[in-house]
Amino acid sequence: MSGKPILHYCNARGRMESIRWLLAAAGVEFEECFLETKDDLVNLKTNGSLLFQQVPMVEIDGMKMVQTKAILNYIAGKYNLYGKDLKERALIDMYVEGMVDLNEAIMTSAYQPANKREEELAKALDKATNRYFPVFEKVLKDHGRDFLVGDKLSRADVQLLETILIAEEQKPDILAKFPLLQGFKARTSNIPNIKKFLQPGSPRKPPTLEKDIPKLMAIFH
Amino acid sequence: MAGKPKLHYTKGRGKMESIRWLLAAAGVEFEEEFIETKEDLDKLRNDGSLLFQQVPMVEIDGMKMVQTRAILNYIAGKYNLHGKDLKERAWIDMYVEGTTDLMGMIMVLPFQAADAKEKNIALIIERATTRYFPVYEKALKDHGHDYLVGNQLSWADIHLLEAILMTEELKPDILSAFPLLQAFKGRTSNISTIKKFLQPGSQRKPPPDEKFIANVRKIFNI
Repeated sequence: MSGKPILHYCNARGRMESIRWLLAAAGVEFEECFLETKDDLVNLKTNGSLLFQQVPMVEIDGMKMVQTKAILNYIAGKYNLYGKDLKERALIDMYVEGMVDLNEAIMTSAYQPANKREEELAKALDKATNRYFPVFEKVLKDHGRDFLVGDKLSRADVQLLETILIAEEQKPDILAKFPLLQGFKARTSNIPNIKKFLQPGSPRKPPTLEKDIPKLMAIFH
Repeated sequence: MAGKPKLHYTKGRGKMESIRWLLAAAGVEFEEEFIETKEDLDKLRNDGSLLFQQVPMVEIDGMKMVQTRAILNYIAGKYNLHGKDLKERAWIDMYVEGTTDLMGMIMVLPFQAADAKEKNIALIIERATTRYFPVYEKALKDHGHDYLVGNQLSWADIHLLEAILMTEELKPDILSAFPLLQAFKGRTSNISTIKKFLQPGSQRKPPPDEKFIANVRKIFNI
């Protein structure tokens, strides 16, 4: 029991990527155990490791944690990335939940049938520029600080950077109208733990390519 | 301005119902302002009340909170229903996410075509009886306590009771293989704040009917 968290998931972003980001930002080294075939998943299920028969699963502090939000809440709490009190937590939660909705909209568009994919992606990117990014631009503008909540790094900042990069992969100039978010992106990318995670060779996963989707789906269906 | 929390949503369950349950179980009185037309929703959007242009929205402690999970986390934390430390919180969160997934499947049923709906009802019943309820039955069996986590009432218990009652509406005998959950249901329903919420005339909402769903589609353009 090395003490490092062990992440169980496929070798792809999916629902585990936000967890990788948060651990990396917190400076926590972790190991990964990749599911490559349906049998790998079946084994995890039959040996009772998955509370609800699902991944992500993270072995951490003697627990086999499942459910992405539960895992992220635990890591954020443990590593002081969750605000200093209930009210800061409330703001962080609101911002993060919004970003997660946006990520989901972008990510799931890739899994739509070919004839719907472009339309769904366009809708998601429209939401990014009209619903979500304006909110975070305004938050930064209103308080004039470097971080979204409480004047220190929190999971909200980590999630926002992840979300910005995901959106930019689809539309490189998506931050054109958001100067403060551009500044935020540069600053936050330079934080040592995060800078390290953004470099080649880190546990960060690349976007899922269309050709890889069938193999991933085969693990779960 | 210490006033009661004020809930903004349609006059139905949807994503607000778990919030009503949690406030009620915590003994917190709240007011509701119902969105009945598209104009009502537009008005909330136009006056800047909705951070991401969406409801649920709850006015509480000087904030206009949005995002169901954020609101529930805040209420649970404020009213000591989120465990006594990080590890208890981790278990409560895991359990709540499970019941959220289960109730989420039920919530979208009215919006599905008849054949998809039938298939999904069967899937919900299968998941409830083979994936979710066994977990909670085992949790209660393993520690032998009345509550899921930490030997005191938490958000996990309230959410589980809500999920049990919702699944029973689909299949009344769904707990037949789960004696500890049956006892849990009996016990938890009898907690005075929850008992009150389960009585007619409370702010608990009924399952949606066709007329309600048609109006929801109009308001939200879905």
